[in-house]
Amino acid sequence: MDDNIAIEVKNVYKNFKLSHEKADSVKSLFVNPFNSKRTKVETQHALKKISFAVEKGEFFGIVGRNGSGKSTLLKIIAGIYQPNKGSVDTNGRLVPFIELGVGFNPELTGRENVYLNGALLGFSEKEVDKKYKSIVCFAELEDFMDQKLKNYSSGMQVRLSFSVATVLAESDILLIDEVLAVGDADFQRKCFEYFKKLKKDKKTVIFVSHDMSAIREYCDRAVLIENNEIIFSGSAEDVAQEYTKLFVENIDIETNLDVDKKQTKENNSLTKWGSGGLDISNMYISKKSYSSDDNFIVFSYDITKEGEFSDKINPGFIIKNEQGQSVCGTNTNISLKNQTITINNGKINIKWTIPNIFSHGIYWLDVAVLSASNGDTLQWWNEAGSFKVVNKKNTPYPVSPIVKIDIS
Amino acid sequence: MLQWAIIICIVSLSINKFKQKYRYSFILLRQLVITDFKLRYKGSVLGYIWTLLRPLALFVVLYIVFVGFLKVGNTIPHYAVYLLLGVVLWNYFVEVTNNGVSAIVGKGDLLRKLAFPRYVVVVAGSFSALISLIINLCVLAVFMFISGVSFTFNALWLIPLIVELFIFSLSVAFMLSALYVRFRDVNYIWEVVLQAGFYATPILYPIALVMTMSVTAAKVMMLNPVAQIIQDARYMVITSDTLTIGGVYGSLFAGILPITIVLALFIVSILYFKKMSPSFAEEI
Repeated sequence: MDDNIAIEVKNVYKNFKLSHEKADSVKSLFVNPFNSKRTKVETQHALKKISFAVEKGEFFGIVGRNGSGKSTLLKIIAGIYQPNKGSVDTNGRLVPFIELGVGFNPELTGRENVYLNGALLGFSEKEVDKKYKSIVCFAELEDFMDQKLKNYSSGMQVRLSFSVATVLAESDILLIDEVLAVGDADFQRKCFEYFKKLKKDKKTVIFVSHDMSAIREYCDRAVLIENNEIIFSGSAEDVAQEYTKLFVENIDIETNLDVDKKQTKENNSLTKWGSGGLDISNMYISKKSYSSDDNFIVFSYDITKEGEFSDKINPGFIIKNEQGQSVCGTNTNISLKNQTITINNGKINIKWTIPNIFSHGIYWLDVAVLSASNGDTLQWWNEAGSFKVVNKKNTPYPVSPIVKIDIS
Repeated sequence: MLQWAIIICIVSLSINKFKQKYRYSFILLRQLVITDFKLRYKGSVLGYIWTLLRPLALFVVLYIVFVGFLKVGNTIPHYAVYLLLGVVLWNYFVEVTNNGVSAIVGKGDLLRKLAFPRYVVVVAGSFSALISLIINLCVLAVFMFISGVSFTFNALWLIPLIVELFIFSLSVAFMLSALYVRFRDVNYIWEVVLQAGFYATPILYPIALVMTMSVTAAKVMMLNPVAQIIQDARYMVITSDTLTIGGVYGSLFAGILPITIVLALFIVSILYFKKMSPSFAEEI
């Protein structure tokens, strides 16, 4: 293997055998040892023909949808599963972070758990001794180390396990699963700071995620796995775009469905809800896909009065990105102060024009009408529409506004 | 001189290589044994005293029933310690194999998330049982002193016998732990086997008693390595009145039979464990 290569995955295949009538009791073996039914196994292909190499010092991403096989691949690289065919060669010490706090025991003290967890990751008592202080310091748990873990709050446990993992694992190769990125905002910030440090220190990292902004920000290269195969590999940016495309195809089908829905005037209670009195319809978005040349995103919808409704209303919207994060949103109460809106002639149309500051990706629109007098939700329409933004000056953050730069 | 230098070089290199290869296993084994011992009697008032109390309690019961009422061992000198030694060694076997059954499945959560050498969890179980065995043997020594058994250098024979018992119990544990991943009724079967084994092994009664009824039965019973080990240990440590496997078969070389069984089982179980271990993470 080349000295510059940290991990080489060669033509890896993985099948899982799912036996329908599993012989998990000895009785079934004895009762009917020749029954062919017993040996009837269904083979599920989890990975097919996976090959790639990660160079030393590279931040490498593995991207894919749920169930595409990326976690199986991670487990094969970590050596937890054995491939049916092919091989994985690693050059250097590998530390997997598939889950935090593996092997933590609630009956042991924090201190004892640090040593146990360290041993599970392959660090001797002496090695842990050297770093013990910085582990405790990083976790900010100086006063609690001699208490049993079961008396820790869950936040303290997460802090301790993360600190053990990060302080100890100054090794050559790190495998990081996205589960690391769960936790409160403060913890996530710590995680991402840690990633930055890894990148700065030129560690070899394999990072599995479906958070495209994290992939774009940290990874040098990535592969995209779909239906158990690598369908694309390249720079993090290209892979992230390909990944987004997987969903665009699905969206087109969804928007078609929306049209059908309108025609049949079928109101799905899951997508539309509220105290009633009016109905939002005819969701219109000026384009399906906006490029960097489109300065504005324009959309509109109708609000129809139902029955004897005469309240003042407050229409609004929220734009959400792929991660379900609300990127922006407003309503007429915020944007048009002191202007009352009522539905006089049974129906009004409201058109919104917002500057195109969005980052590359797919966005979903939630539209809603609130009561301006008491704030009740009259109707909320979940994911009333969606659009795509193709941004040439993309950044890995939720918005990428055009920035005027003066250099003097 | 040069040859020696080269040989020393090669030896130290290979030791280093061995250390490197098994470094992770050693680190893990050490921590697992320590943790197991720390956790064993956590929350119990008497704590580690239970390590001594459990075999002692069994011993007292057996002593009252078999010596007090049934008068089984009154032909054998120091029958009390004779009985205790048997109980202590049998208990070790029971502990290791019971730990073995659940070793892999019980650590399933760990196995699915880390790629450590699988055999370590099984070996750790037998080492922590070894610690209790040593403690129990110390208690036995006190009892021997009280009942006036003379200590001789023959007692050193206990060391190879314990090594044999260690290997045998570990082999069974390897086999059971791997089987239990596939067949979840192994633990029930093993429970029954152990219960039967307790009576089929000359722990409570002297093997001489069986000899008077059926020589063949005694011969078959002594093929059991645990029986051979217990009888040999009693012979070496307590009284030469003990009938060993050599006595039962009328040949000193008969001891080779159970040792062969131990070695064969050791090889088979290690091969089986090695073959099965890569798929443990998926099958649990």
